[in-house]
Amino acid sequence: MDFLISGQKLDPYYLVTIGFLIGVMGGFFGVGGSFLAGPALFAVGVPWNFVIGTDLAHIVGKSIVAAKRHRALGNVDIKLGAMMVAGTISGVEVGADLIQYLKRHAHVDIVVGLAYIVILMAISTFMAWEGWKTIKMKRGQPPEPEGGIRKDESAFGYVAKWVQGIRLWPMVSLPASGIEQISFWVILVISFVGGFFSGFLGGGAGYIRMPAMVYLLGIPTHVAVGTDLFEIILSASYGTLTHAVKGNVDIMIALVMNTGAAIGAQIGAISTQYFGGPKIRLAFVPLPILGAGIVIYGMLHGHKI
Amino acid sequence: MDDKKRFVRSFLVELVVYAILVVGYFYLVLHFLGTWIKTIYDQDKGLYAVVALALMIGQGIVLEIVTSGLLKFIRERTE
Repeated sequence: MDFLISGQKLDPYYLVTIGFLIGVMGGFFGVGGSFLAGPALFAVGVPWNFVIGTDLAHIVGKSIVAAKRHRALGNVDIKLGAMMVAGTISGVEVGADLIQYLKRHAHVDIVVGLAYIVILMAISTFMAWEGWKTIKMKRGQPPEPEGGIRKDESAFGYVAKWVQGIRLWPMVSLPASGIEQISFWVILVISFVGGFFSGFLGGGAGYIRMPAMVYLLGIPTHVAVGTDLFEIILSASYGTLTHAVKGNVDIMIALVMNTGAAIGAQIGAISTQYFGGPKIRLAFVPLPILGAGIVIYGMLHGHKI
Repeated sequence: MDDKKRFVRSFLVELVVYAILVVGYFYLVLHFLGTWIKTIYDQDKGLYAVVALALMIGQGIVLEIVTSGLLKFIRERTE
């Protein structure tokens, strides 16, 4: 199939398959999946500027499907997602500015590559430790009652309690997440950090935002996954517009990928019903390692990150 | 049949039906859309950005309805 905008001839079934795999992961973990989609597009010859813009466009479509399904399952905190958008967008701009600065003053590929590897490995190690500890802690406890807001346990829960205890006006309540009061500034800072890494490392940075929502804000894992997807729709739409104006989006590639991602996202979102929060977090562990592996491979073989 | 088996079976059926719909969509819609989109891309990047995002959101919503509808329909038949 000819993709006239980027000037590429690509197999649509390859794109659908990539979209499907990323859709399953996105629906299950609440991540955009750029760390896989990017290299997968680059590997078949799509120029790097189109990879970044097109991936963002595809994330919009996939996240709509997954977030809508999560909303039906009661896993989306719209109030929290809407508040996070402002922090995310400003963070993206600052992260992108830092990239421009590094381009002028340092070896940007090496700096970004090393930062990416360190952050992803740290997230994986921490989540493996925490998930394992929580599952061990939960053994022998009675099962949760059905219905109501889904509670989540974490061996790291005391940190979220401390964060929720910060009294910095204005305070907001998040009933959909089971949080009585939390400072608006905490939400803004955490979303800003997520946005910063999105602008600095590329993609939606769900691998940072989803764990941050669970461990720092104390959002139940299922709600963090759904809310992250909702937030990604808004921030990736902004990214799509800015990249499309610069001519970096081949929307036809994104539309084809999205046909696979839509069904994958449904499977991923529905599958979360069958797993508890700590198990979802444990299953998340290999993803950042895989992303770090791709970056290491790219650095060793001289590919762009 | 337990819940998980039913879940897997209904999704496999849905995948086959969905794959047929997607192939039709490639050749009937995207094939003709490509030239029109390329013209907009060459002439006005601002308009292209808006159309691209609208297409992505529109397709996302339509596919969500299609996949949810298919899932519901097939689950009812397999139960």
